[in-house]
Parts: sequence; C-alpha cells; structure tokens
Amino acid sequence: MRPLLSWIFEPGFFSSDPVHVAFVIGGAAAVVSAIVGVFTVLRGQSFAGHALADVSTAGGSGAVLIGINPLLGFVGFGIIGAGVMDGIGVQRVRGRDLATGIVLGASIGLAALFLYLDTTSGGTTGATQQILFGSIFTIDPATIPVVIVFSLISIGIIATVYRPLLLSSVSNEIAAARGVSLRLVGLLFMVALAVAVGLSALTIGAILSTALLIGPAATALRVTKRLWSAFLVACVLGVGCTWIGVLLAYDSYYWGSSHLGVPVSFLVVALIFVLYLASGLPIFRTRRRTSATQKFSGEPLRARSQSLIDSTEDPRG
Amino acid sequence: MKDPNTESREILGVEDVSVSLSGRRVLDDVSFTIRSGEFTGLIGSNGAGKTTLLRAILGLQRLSAGSVRVLGQSRSRRNRSIGYVPQKVLLDPDIPIRARDLVALGLDGHRFGMPVRSKRRTEAVNEILHAVDAESFADARVGLLSGGEQQRVLIAHALISRPTLLLLDEPLANLDLGSSEEIVELLARITAEQDVAVLLSAHELNPLLPVMDRIVYLAEGRAASGTADEVIRKDVLSALYGHHVDVLRVHGRIFVVTGAKGADDGLAYESAVG
Repeated sequence: MRPLLSWIFEPGFFSSDPVHVAFVIGGAAAVVSAIVGVFTVLRGQSFAGHALADVSTAGGSGAVLIGINPLLGFVGFGIIGAGVMDGIGVQRVRGRDLATGIVLGASIGLAALFLYLDTTSGGTTGATQQILFGSIFTIDPATIPVVIVFSLISIGIIATVYRPLLLSSVSNEIAAARGVSLRLVGLLFMVALAVAVGLSALTIGAILSTALLIGPAATALRVTKRLWSAFLVACVLGVGCTWIGVLLAYDSYYWGSSHLGVPVSFLVVALIFVLYLASGLPIFRTRRRTSATQKFSGEPLRARSQSLIDSTEDPRG
Repeated sequence: MKDPNTESREILGVEDVSVSLSGRRVLDDVSFTIRSGEFTGLIGSNGAGKTTLLRAILGLQRLSAGSVRVLGQSRSRRNRSIGYVPQKVLLDPDIPIRARDLVALGLDGHRFGMPVRSKRRTEAVNEILHAVDAESFADARVGLLSGGEQQRVLIAHALISRPTLLLLDEPLANLDLGSSEEIVELLARITAEQDVAVLLSAHELNPLLPVMDRIVYLAEGRAASGTADEVIRKDVLSALYGHHVDVLRVHGRIFVVTGAKGADDGLAYESAVG
C-alpha cells in the first residue's frame, strides 16, 4: 500500500505550500464555474462566456502591467465587459452574436497591446504564459481571501436570482409575462459569469477558462435527470479534474529524467474533455422517456389523416 | 360553459385599444369585455394582431391609444391575476427540468431566491397536475414530452397561481386533431372547475365552436365580438374586412371565405378561416 501511495503522490506533495494554494484556489474556482456553468449552458450563453474570457485576458495582462494582482484585472475587466455586452443587447437573440463578437475582438486587441508592453517594457517576461495559460503553482497565497470573497459574490448572485433565472432560461416570454425583469436578471447573471470566468482564468489561464466553465456543466447536464444533481455532478467533476490535474502536474516533474513537467492547465482541460466525450457513451444516456409518457405518443392514424382535411391553411402564412 | 346572459362580473375590459408597431397600425380601436367563467375565442388569420392584443392585455405591449382593465388592477398587480401560455414555447430537451418543476415555477418563479420545498407547494403542484391530467408524465423531462403533453404542463404552470384570466396564444397550432380536441375539452372543463375566464387565440374556428361562449374576431386590426351567431355573419365580417366576405356552413362547421382585396389579380379566394 505504501509504495503505491508514494507512487501516486510523489514526495513532498502534501507538504508543498504551492500545492495547498492550488487546491484551495482551484477548488473554489471549479465550484463557482460548475454552478454558473450549468446556467450558462442552459441559457445558451457559452459563447458569451468565451467573450468574457477574452475580456479577462485583457484585464489580467493590464493588471500585470500596472503591477496589481491579475485576479483583480480578470474580474474587474470581466464585469465591465459584462456591462458592455448587456448594453449592446446580449439578452436578445440577434444582439447576442453581435455583442459577443464586438467585445471579443476589441478585448483580444487590447490584450495584444498589454501583453506586448508587459514583455517588452516590464520585467515580467512570463506574463504571456501566466495570463493566457495560467500558472496555479505560482499564485501568491495572499490571493486566497480574495478568491473566497469573489466566489461568495458569484454564488450569492446565482442564489439570489435562482428562480427568475431558471424561469427565463426555460422561456423568456413566460418570465416576462410573470413580471420578471429580464434585463435585471440577465445583467446579474452576466456579472456572476464574469466573476466565474475570472476565477477560472486564474486557475487554468484566461484563454482556457471557458473549458472549466462549460465542460463539467455540459457533461453533468448530459448524464443527470434533475437540475440539483446536475449542479452536484458538475461541481464534483470540476473539482475532481482540477485537483487531479494539479496532482498529475506535480508528479509529472518526476516522470522521465528531464524534470520538465507538464502544465496543470493542459492536464485539467484534457481531463475535462475526455470526461465530456465519455458522457456520450450509451451507458450514461439519460435522454429516454419514462415509460408512463408513452401513453399519449401513439396518436391514432385516423386523427392525423383527418387533420389534413381540416386544416384550411391561410396562404398569407 | 355559462349562459352569457346570467349576471357575472367583468374580468377584462379592452377599450378602444390601438397599437402601432414601427408605423404600421396593428390594432385599430379594439374593444371587448370578458366576464368571469367565460370561454372566449380570439379568432383571426396569421398576422391579424392576435399576439399583439394578448401582449397588450399582459401589459408587455405599449398602447398607442385606449386602455386595458383587468379587474381594475394596475399593471404590476395584473401579473398575478393573469395566467399566460405563450405561442411556440420551445422547451429544450437538454434541460433537466421535470414537468412538475416547471409547474412549481408557476407558483413562485418570479420571486428572488431559491425554491423552498414545502408540503403546501408539493400539494398545490400535484393538485394542478391532476386537474390537467398530467400526472402520468409529471416526472419526465418537459423537453421530451409530446406537443399536447407540453401544452398541458404549460397550462398547469399558468393555472397554479390561481389566475382569474387565462390567456393562451395559439395553443392548438402544431397539434394533431386528437391532441387538439383533448386540449379544448380540458380548457372547457377548467373554465368551470377553476373559475377562470379563458381567452384563447386560434386561426381555426371550428375546433372551438362546441366550447366557445364568445368570439373576438380580428381582421385588418379591427375586432368584432359577441356570440358565434352574432359575429360569424356575412354582413358583420364584410364590414370588418372592408370587402365582401362569404360565410359557408357545411355539416355544422363554419368557413369564412374572404375575397381578394384586389379582385382583378385573378385570385378568387384569398383565405378561408375555418
């Protein structure tokens, strides 16, 4: 047993401070991303999430430039980006593509400028790698309280607007008729999304942050029947992939003799992707009807043929 | 069904309502009332302004002129006294929400916060699922149900908050005849059982003939209302359309045949609202 354990957990894993920090920050980011991610998938706003990831890239690289914590840049820019996207009209079907495209393009341009300045004028040559692809083992432990506060804000927003958010995810028309302010609910959700993306960006990099947001949630929605279990499964998958990624990255330093190691972000994203593919296997399929629902589905042929005679279609359509 | 002549209170009063959408007059001086326990059919061809009128009643559509009274209530209180089943609700089969979850959202979906499970809530959901005969598929994903089953769930969602007025926008569109008949029967029964007035829009009139107390007939943005015999007449509809209209009665069914406006274009009949 002992050799096996020490083979899985290479020497010093549990006593390493960077590993502790990575576990806490990665775990928090994964939980927030999973919960917000389920709603992101339900609302069909994955692309908006990706646009916010690019906004975060600009924010993070700007933060490095002026010497503040990248997380503040990720989240700060993300919230501004969410506001801009809402202003352009991300809640409307047509405005959605437009808002996403415009904000995405502008922020990648800005990120290009900031990262250029970071690497040429500043002494932070690693900024590009750090911002775009993350480096969870080099995060300052002082960031942990900030991560916790942001996590609580994001989950708090979701808990506050849970019911109207769910209703408008099912049907905007029904929600509006019930007096739900689609604008307010949509904007609050975008803020929660921006914070989740920022936390995810800190963990696995701004460019890859969508993977932690969408992957576990999409996988969970594929294999569960109830919404609460989708939240639970998404959290378990997100945290699991992140922690196992951290473990493998730590161990990978001891693989072979070159001591190069494999980046955490790659491992986390690879695990998420493999799990998503696996969820498509037949044994996980839940999209079947319960037997009781067959009662109404067998419409008699007679009814169908008669309805053809009945329908006096209006040619004006 | 109730005799329209018996004394009952006014639920909805639509008075001289006009609506213009980007310069086009969609509703033109529309007036009618609905009284408690009545089943009213809002009949008109596609583009006649049915959805706009329903949205105006809900307070989602700004009026250019006129007023809408729902039990004399203001817009914010109106939401609670009207149940609404919108047109073409696309329920995503990938959303893991059961029929009963969607119905429960009808009770408190507009409120902030998380749903609180309570015995009263569960009982209310079960009761309304029973009323619309949806118990057998209450635990299935809504997105995987058939069109008729989804309509039942949406009706239950709209009814659970005990509204005094139930608006349904084209609930029979895209349903086969069997499901369509079932929904009409269900609504007629609910009108009596739940003491709710129903206003249902449709482009076909015949499926509703057995249950309708009154008709609001929309054409060219104008409306005529009354019983079927009062409204579906050559003179009334010709005045409404602004040109000659024939009404054919065949085997207890009614067909409204509207001649083309520009008769010289060779089209004998432009449309038939049956």
